[in-house]
Amino acid sequence: MSDVWDIAIIGAGIVGAACAAACAAQGLHTAIVEAGVIGGGATAAGMGHIVVMDDSPAQLALTGYSQALWRELSGSLPANVEFEQCGTLWVASDEEEMGEVHRKQSLYSSARVSTQVLDSAALAEAEPHLRRPLPGALLVPSDAVLYPPCAAGYLIQEAVRQGASIIAPHKVLSARAGVIRLDNNSELRATRIVIAGGADATDLLPELPIRKRKGHLVITDRYPGFVRHQLVELGYLKSAHSVTTDSVAFNIQPRKTGQVLIGSSRQYDAEDSTVDHKIVVKMIDRARTFIPELGSLSAIRIWTGFRAATPDKLPLIGQWPGDDSLFLAAGHEGLGITTSLGTAQVLVDHMLGRQAKIAIDPYLPERFVRSEAHA
Amino acid sequence: MPERSDITITINGTRVTVASGTTIAAAVLTTCSFTRTSITGEPRAPLCGMGICFECRATVNGAEHQKTCQLLCEPGMDVRTS
Repeated sequence: MSDVWDIAIIGAGIVGAACAAACAAQGLHTAIVEAGVIGGGATAAGMGHIVVMDDSPAQLALTGYSQALWRELSGSLPANVEFEQCGTLWVASDEEEMGEVHRKQSLYSSARVSTQVLDSAALAEAEPHLRRPLPGALLVPSDAVLYPPCAAGYLIQEAVRQGASIIAPHKVLSARAGVIRLDNNSELRATRIVIAGGADATDLLPELPIRKRKGHLVITDRYPGFVRHQLVELGYLKSAHSVTTDSVAFNIQPRKTGQVLIGSSRQYDAEDSTVDHKIVVKMIDRARTFIPELGSLSAIRIWTGFRAATPDKLPLIGQWPGDDSLFLAAGHEGLGITTSLGTAQVLVDHMLGRQAKIAIDPYLPERFVRSEAHA
Repeated sequence: MPERSDITITINGTRVTVASGTTIAAAVLTTCSFTRTSITGEPRAPLCGMGICFECRATVNGAEHQKTCQLLCEPGMDVRTS
């Protein structure tokens, strides 16, 4: 093939799909290379929670920007994406966490995300199956849920509609200096290469600071109305922060089908994708402390997936130092579904030398190269 | 010879009498052609009869999604298909 692509994106998960749609929309001659199925990796394993998070100012900026982009797009999403703006309830389990509810509300308000504090009675009314009494919760009404593989499929379809090409199934053996070598020994040439391979990005760049963080999810049969919002315990941040130990947190989601998705677990250095029943039991027990009746529901499936975690919990977006042609859009940990749209916009603006809506600096891969040099 | 006796249960509000030892799935099929409705709205009926296919799920005494091919009728049971 003598073609030189403007952009070749490696990976058709939700991040690669969003990048492809954004590049094609700019009229760039775009190729997407996928080794397996579109949206078949971490994208298919995740919950599909579109959520604003405030772990750091940069995370708040990217999730807030992205959540708004999803809401703009929601009118165009086909029914199979199952987009539903059900909102998130950050549930406090003691008075100390109620303090956190107020702190969180003022932070979100600084990012112009409106929220509502629910007291104990309002929370019980909003979610009748939660244990009582609980002190209250923070409601983020603009958060949503969707079905990620179909969302990735839609974005790819949009990219193709605007002229992008899919090259699949082909595994990429190497990508550098504007040349991608495929498993059939053919080569693609591109002005810019975007690695959007999630945790597998380290196959191409072993020096990337990305580690796999395993998660488990359980899905139940259909119980319409059992829960109405995505429910997350405020203690979730404590659990998500812990870098060294296995952890679980109460995090459950109503699906449009009436099913209930139950999470979440986090384990580093667990490379095996088999279900670890010990941690599933811990996860369900944790959820039952918030919703005692959960034990009477029937689960139909349990699966695992691997988040692409970075040391500072921020994704790698932008140019890879040392290779002018190489860009990254990877390392989104548990927020790839949410931040895919923001990542794509920020990356396209960066590649085209335009001013982005939010500053790209906190996500630039060079932050790790620098800190290593000074270590 | 074990003694046979009849058991009466209610299926979607209708009283149905079957021989003891009858599964709920079998009782349902005497009065109604399906046990549940798929996510795309298709009617589904018992298929494997051994608790594997999950197609025979119905609400039994208020408990949703029960595998009716694995449950025997008991006097007064209330079964709802959907």
